[in-house]
Amino acid sequence: MSVIDASIREDFPVLTQEVNGHPLVYFDNAATTQKPRTVLEAVQRYYEHDNANVHRGIHELSNRATAAYEAARERVAQFINAPDRADVIFTRGTTESINLVAATWGDANLQTGDVILLTEMEHHSNLVPWQLLAHRTGAELRFIPVTGDEGVLDLANIDTLLEGVKILALTHISNALGTINPVRDLCSTAKAIGALCLVDAAQSAGHLPLDVQAIGCDFLACSGHKLCGPTGIGVLYAQSHLQKVMPPYQGGGEMISKVEFQVSEFNVPPHRFEAGTPNIAGAVGLHAALDYLDGIGLQAIGQHSFELAHYAKERLAEFDGIRFFGPTTEHAGVVSFVLPEVHALDLATMADQQGVAIRIGHHCTQPLHEKFGVPATARASFYCYNTRDEVDFFIEVMQKIIKLIR
Amino acid sequence: MSATGHSIDELVGNFELLGDWESRFAYLIDLGKELTPFDPVDRCDQNRVHGCQAQVWLKIESVDDGRINIVADSDAFIVKGLIVVLLAIYSGKTSEEVLAIDGQAQLDRLQLASHLSPTRKNGLYAMVQRVRELAELEKAI
Repeated sequence: MSVIDASIREDFPVLTQEVNGHPLVYFDNAATTQKPRTVLEAVQRYYEHDNANVHRGIHELSNRATAAYEAARERVAQFINAPDRADVIFTRGTTESINLVAATWGDANLQTGDVILLTEMEHHSNLVPWQLLAHRTGAELRFIPVTGDEGVLDLANIDTLLEGVKILALTHISNALGTINPVRDLCSTAKAIGALCLVDAAQSAGHLPLDVQAIGCDFLACSGHKLCGPTGIGVLYAQSHLQKVMPPYQGGGEMISKVEFQVSEFNVPPHRFEAGTPNIAGAVGLHAALDYLDGIGLQAIGQHSFELAHYAKERLAEFDGIRFFGPTTEHAGVVSFVLPEVHALDLATMADQQGVAIRIGHHCTQPLHEKFGVPATARASFYCYNTRDEVDFFIEVMQKIIKLIR
Repeated sequence: MSATGHSIDELVGNFELLGDWESRFAYLIDLGKELTPFDPVDRCDQNRVHGCQAQVWLKIESVDDGRINIVADSDAFIVKGLIVVLLAIYSGKTSEEVLAIDGQAQLDRLQLASHLSPTRKNGLYAMVQRVRELAELEKAI
């Protein structure tokens, strides 16, 4: 049984509401998580007491804002076990982090004939930036296949797939399937042939302990809002030696050291990649979120979400003909499925009438859904504040909906 | 009167009698079941209406005396029900009549808005747009 007590729900003000006359059951955590009071208070406190622009300010508030922003960087470095806080670049989120790598490292290093290796289960945010890069540079995209409905990577031909690969970019946990990929092994295999590795940790950060040094990746991207932090703040971990040779991403303030009318010299990393006033309050909120999650324990959070997903699958198996997508044994807190004769859209619309929030569609993994031959799946995704009682209620709701439809 | 034999006034009247969401959706789903499914060949890209979270196909079945008979299909039941509503508003009308209809105002009469997400309302809007485009084309012939 889970070690997380349901009393932590009290930390999340949003969860106390009713939706359509029913207590909110929020099962859309793979899209975004709810925010604990400590995060909301940290953001509020920052704006009430310390708000100023960061870096180069001489006055007290600017010093405080700078200290808070850089303390958040330090905290992120600690959270992912980065060797140095300068390895942490703040971005808007995972999507921007990946775009940054594709646009800077990618444009500077790839040419016709080079290969970018992805997997068939990538979120569009770890696919489209590479498509754009391939289009610009003439590089080729290649994909590690996904086995049938159980949705794990087929690594039988990995050696052939790795031929000519300059960068391997893959998701740690699939948002559509809950698959936990062997990123450590794959990074080590890719590095053996001299390729770089980027890990999309959007779904794993905040769900299991992350250690970039143990994983052995060169880049790691994640979002604050998927781990109890604010929206609009994200992280790119990039090894310092790579940052030093990466050209700038966007131009503007903060990222320069000297500007003349015709040319500029650029600031040292990571500031070189943070043009303009950053999301300072977001970083402060992210800091509070990481403290909150470490207070509960990431092992416990991962275990709790897995147990709920496992239980949900057990209960959902009661429905005749249900088809699950994703691994049966080890997986994250995600359950994706389709029911015969019941469109996921009908299901989600009527679930919402009873206060249950689930997501439907292709979950930004359209090519994967094409492969499965289904236009849309329904997805319930869990987090630390969800309970077995909520899963039971969801099952009751589903029973009611199916009765209405059939 | 549309191909499914309902007028919008009749549908509005029936919806008014229904209280909770369950009976409203049950009615919508039953309406959807009245639609004749498209042949696979008609479930094609040309007839596809994009902008809905479900798949929707819509085409002109025939034009009699300038009156455009529209048929449509979807893979989701609630959407099929909404299609019946849409056809009650638009099908069997001349292109001038179609273009003169305030579709939003007609849909609002059903008071379904609180049950439908903005994404779905965009989907409905996409269907209305397609009907209007087809009417424009007919008018130009």
